[in-house]
Amino acid sequence: MLKTFRLGGIHPAENKLSANKKIESLELPKQVIIPLGQHIGAPAQAVVNKGDKVKVGTLIAQASGFVSANIHSSVSGTVAKIDVAPDSSGNKRPAIFIDVEGDEWEESIDRSDKLVKEITMDSKAIVERVKDCGIVGLGGATFPSHVKLSPPPGSKAEIIVINAVECEPYLTSDHQLMLEKADEILVGVKILMKAVNVEKAVIGIENNKKDAIKLMSEKAADYAGITIEPLKVQYPQGGEKQLIDACIRRQVPSGALPIATGAVVQNVGTAFAVYEAVQKNKPLFERVVTVTGKSLAKPSNFLSRVGTPMNQLIEAAGGLPEDTGKVISGGPMMGKAMPSTDSMVVKGCSGILIMQSLEAKRKEMSDCIRCAKCVHVCPMGLVPSYLMRVSELNMVEEAEADRVYDCIECGSCSYTCPANRPLLDYIRLGKGKVMGIMRARAAAAAPKK
Amino acid sequence: MNLIWIALITLGVIGAIGAVILFIVAQKFYVYEDPRIAEVGEVLPQANCGGCGFPGCGGFAEACVKASSLDGLNCPVGGSAVMEQVAGILGQTASAAEPKVAVVRCGGSCSARPKTSVYDGAKSCAVAAATSAGDTGCSFGCFGLGDCEVSCDFDAIHINPETGLPEVNEDKCTACGACVKACPKFIIQLRKKGKNNRRVFVSCVNKDKGGVARKACTSACIGCSKCAKECPFDAITVENNLAYIDYDKCKSCRKCVPVCPTGAIVEVNFPPRKEKPADAAPAAKPVAPKAETPKAETPKTDAPAAPEAPKADQSNNDSPATEA
Repeated sequence: MLKTFRLGGIHPAENKLSANKKIESLELPKQVIIPLGQHIGAPAQAVVNKGDKVKVGTLIAQASGFVSANIHSSVSGTVAKIDVAPDSSGNKRPAIFIDVEGDEWEESIDRSDKLVKEITMDSKAIVERVKDCGIVGLGGATFPSHVKLSPPPGSKAEIIVINAVECEPYLTSDHQLMLEKADEILVGVKILMKAVNVEKAVIGIENNKKDAIKLMSEKAADYAGITIEPLKVQYPQGGEKQLIDACIRRQVPSGALPIATGAVVQNVGTAFAVYEAVQKNKPLFERVVTVTGKSLAKPSNFLSRVGTPMNQLIEAAGGLPEDTGKVISGGPMMGKAMPSTDSMVVKGCSGILIMQSLEAKRKEMSDCIRCAKCVHVCPMGLVPSYLMRVSELNMVEEAEADRVYDCIECGSCSYTCPANRPLLDYIRLGKGKVMGIMRARAAAAAPKK
Repeated sequence: MNLIWIALITLGVIGAIGAVILFIVAQKFYVYEDPRIAEVGEVLPQANCGGCGFPGCGGFAEACVKASSLDGLNCPVGGSAVMEQVAGILGQTASAAEPKVAVVRCGGSCSARPKTSVYDGAKSCAVAAATSAGDTGCSFGCFGLGDCEVSCDFDAIHINPETGLPEVNEDKCTACGACVKACPKFIIQLRKKGKNNRRVFVSCVNKDKGGVARKACTSACIGCSKCAKECPFDAITVENNLAYIDYDKCKSCRKCVPVCPTGAIVEVNFPPRKEKPADAAPAAKPVAPKAETPKAETPKTDAPAAPEAPKADQSNNDSPATEA
């Protein structure tokens, strides 16, 4: 019996169309647009000006605070301008535009493919390097990694949990990365273990990636302390709290951070980026992006530089099909439908999903029939139908009392609702309001101390 | 028979004891409430809209009675008439508050602001604003999903299906501010009603650069500053590519209206302009005289868009993406 998390969950059709497609390097675009806010936390501050020459890996924007991340140029060329560009939701955000000229890398980056196993840095230096290289969580939440690797005082890390479940349907970037860069990932995990001084690490992989489980298990034998945990296929297993529950059978208390269980969770892509940062001194400026969809001519996994226009990726995968209904940045469950394809690849962009108009269409919403399916599937033990109602009516006190802030926005409730109610849409709204109130309350309470 | 007597006496005694206890408790915990609070409450409209900033009419009445002067206290629904009465009860003078009205600062009608994508999520502006920048090229303008309409207790604001924009019924609007709070894009504001209900305002909140704004919407403010130069009272400032009229300085001369190249400045409730000599203002904009629907007839390409449904489920868009 394979392990999984204990509460709720769904199993949508997997549709891993781009599985086992080799990671292809994408041609360099003519211009890249690199947004300053690609991570959770404060946007970075630009440190280049119009007309400056940059190389691949040059620091172009500096983290502005502890929860923030550096941003490096993904191409060599000239800074065309610092302006606003639409993000995946269509809102205009500050970004650096760079005209591409050649492909000249910073000398400090080791571009060889040679595997460097030996870890010479100490824990402090590793965290510092991860911070300098602007590594963020590559699973999609883009939380700055150095913050996770610096547990708050009073809490002690006991185990590293690596998220390689890729529970979102369609996406295959992590899967393919494991198949092609298994050793690098395992060294990356070793580095992470050293960074937080733990002896154990577990890599959770869902059982629909049997080849990756086999390969990683074979390789992991050479790395002391790392175990591979095959997991039952269940969405949203990639949620931090769900993964901790599935892998090490501990529950994160409501309102607490995962470190409360002693676990530090990192994505498998992040582990690879950490390897490259620490062993090769390579900042995070490219990532694997799955471009997929049922009507797409060539579903693929691309190694794409940050800031590459999404149009270019779609073209490389065979162009936008006729019957396109939605273009989603990320997976179908948690990804964002984009108002236009003019936006660009960012650090957190794990995939571009092109949905057919038939599968993308929302069905007519009807009244709640009190079937409690949403309650049954909620992995956080919430009552989505009730939370939707109170969020809709702006009853923030009730929403807070019923822990709307615990919602991980996985969308299992909306997926499963037979009345097609937009549960998550409203819950997200209520969650935003409640979180705002809670933050204001905390801020008001702070100076009194 | 005996049984009935026992029951009656027992209940009577319990009742008497209860009455004594209640009497003592009532004496002990008596709270003096100013009778004027109830009096003031009676003259208030009892709409409980919260437009005064207090929790309902009861809260406002209490605040009026407790306040040493009525400065800053105003019932937007009742207006000066009610405030006079309140002042009479309290023996004070009501501060004259100019009546206000909600104005919609967006002229991006269906024809002026073409859709670039299809939003098919929940029919709520707040939800739409949380997930996207809207289904048009303008990320500042009205979503047209009607949160303001739902929020209005006075039936004073409605989405016009033809323009896709909310329209304020000035007679019904009490300036309670519910729609201002409901709008996630902050396009609705309370403005002084002005002399004879006449006002001039910039019907746009787009802060994009001129070219970008113009491309997204033909009636966007492009920040060209022509109005600021025209204004004889220095009432107009242009900041972040957006003109703003200072209402303390504005004298409603409406000289700014015809110079606006996109017709983003609208005038409300003015009499029609006199025909000017041809050489004076050759490019004078056609002006909607009763300008509740500011941009409906300004641009040239109006005709084909009229019968089109304003939102959702159109599939004739060339841009493919939609919002979940």
